[in-house]
Amino acid sequence: MKRKVRILWLGLMTCNGNAHSFLNYPYLEQFFSDFEFIYHPIIDSDYTLEDIISKEIFCDILLLEGAIGDDFIKADIPAVEIIKKYSNIATKIVTVGTCATFGGIFRESNYQNISGLHFKANERIYKFNDFFEKTISISGCPIHPETLVNTLYAIKKGIELNLDIYLRPKEYFAYTVHNGCTRNEYFEYKVDNHHFGELEGCMFYDHGCQGPFTHGSCNKILWNEINSKTRTGLPCLGCTEPSFPKQDLFNTKKNMGIPEYLPIGVPKRVYLTLAGITKAFTIDRLQKKLFND
Amino acid sequence: MSIDKKEQKKEQIMLASLHLFALKGFYNTTIPDIALSLKMSVGNMYNYFKSKDLLAKEIIKFVSSYFGQKIRDINEQEISTKEKTRKIVEVYFQTALIKPEMIDYFLRIYLSTREVFKDGCEGMICVNEFVTEIMIYFEEGVKCGDLRDQDFFNAFGLFMGYLGGMVFLKGENILPKELDEYIDDVSFNIYKALSV
Repeated sequence: MKRKVRILWLGLMTCNGNAHSFLNYPYLEQFFSDFEFIYHPIIDSDYTLEDIISKEIFCDILLLEGAIGDDFIKADIPAVEIIKKYSNIATKIVTVGTCATFGGIFRESNYQNISGLHFKANERIYKFNDFFEKTISISGCPIHPETLVNTLYAIKKGIELNLDIYLRPKEYFAYTVHNGCTRNEYFEYKVDNHHFGELEGCMFYDHGCQGPFTHGSCNKILWNEINSKTRTGLPCLGCTEPSFPKQDLFNTKKNMGIPEYLPIGVPKRVYLTLAGITKAFTIDRLQKKLFND
Repeated sequence: MSIDKKEQKKEQIMLASLHLFALKGFYNTTIPDIALSLKMSVGNMYNYFKSKDLLAKEIIKFVSSYFGQKIRDINEQEISTKEKTRKIVEVYFQTALIKPEMIDYFLRIYLSTREVFKDGCEGMICVNEFVTEIMIYFEEGVKCGDLRDQDFFNAFGLFMGYLGGMVFLKGENILPKELDEYIDDVSFNIYKALSV
């Protein structure tokens, strides 16, 4: 029988949100027939954290969850030392979530020098440069369980993943969250007219939706195989991006009525020209409720 | 006839029309009048514009494009919002002096004969190039901290309504001084009203 791929899931400065999100993977039984955790913060494993710290346990893949800080101590030793030890042992490293990738919300804390493994927001850092080549980033707050598991399977099968500049697999991060959003028709005709939780209206214009400039597959690979934030009536908060979290997430930042952040690659003049044309028309159907009108 | 030549001819017709509209009024000017002023046959005129209404819509796009390009040139300069404000006022007043028929067309025909423009020029479609540049002027002014963030139309009305009003007063021979003598004061007032 082929041996299982051995994974160390190491929690750093984290809320464990990614560990919990992983539990929503619908085919865990299949997963555990191919992978095993030598340690995981909330799943029973063969080794304790004390074993991980005091010994050198073999693992194929190191999963890092949470932000990294110079003065962050885990199990009485600097977390940086644990990261270095297991980064040398593992064949591949995966940063799980936006904190481990870019520093995330912990960048807002009082700790000094908070970052992800190779990035502090969008700035490249070189503290763990020796391990850059073997790292894959899965950003998200939290990560989409299928994105993580599919990436682990790709590693298991030795597939060379095509990565973006932040080491994220393009398979999942070349798209924007806008891609596949069920509200695209409202976006095209510039109809916001939205109330949180309702089906109608695009949330880009007034309600802070960052879908058109956030990389992710939320509307392509649905959450719990059912839904996404934007489909259910909540704006995309841009959680996969280096800039996450921004302020005032439920409000579109505008300057004299023009959104500060435009869809990726769309020049301002083009955007305003298109907006001017579509704003000239009222599409009655898009002003009404989809049901019970 | 090449596309360039055809476009040149269309522009010639629009300029001649602008002149006649300013002189005789929109409704008193006929396609034969325009053709005659250009020594063209009426039949040939219809090769360029199928109707006077279509010509009217093309002219407002032409005027919008003219102003849009002028303001774009200003927007792309590395100068303060205050200086941009002055330059926009200057362009507007200078045009009113040199090409009064353009402003006249905008104020007296486009804004006053909406029935001509209701199909095909909905909202701001036909003045898009001009409005887009004004939006960029406002947006960049707010972004760099010079202008106060507010409803676009509030600011747009204040800026363009003021300029249009001054040119209208000049056209009615009510203003005691030449338009260019008002550039400094009008720019000062607009910037003061819009700035933070």
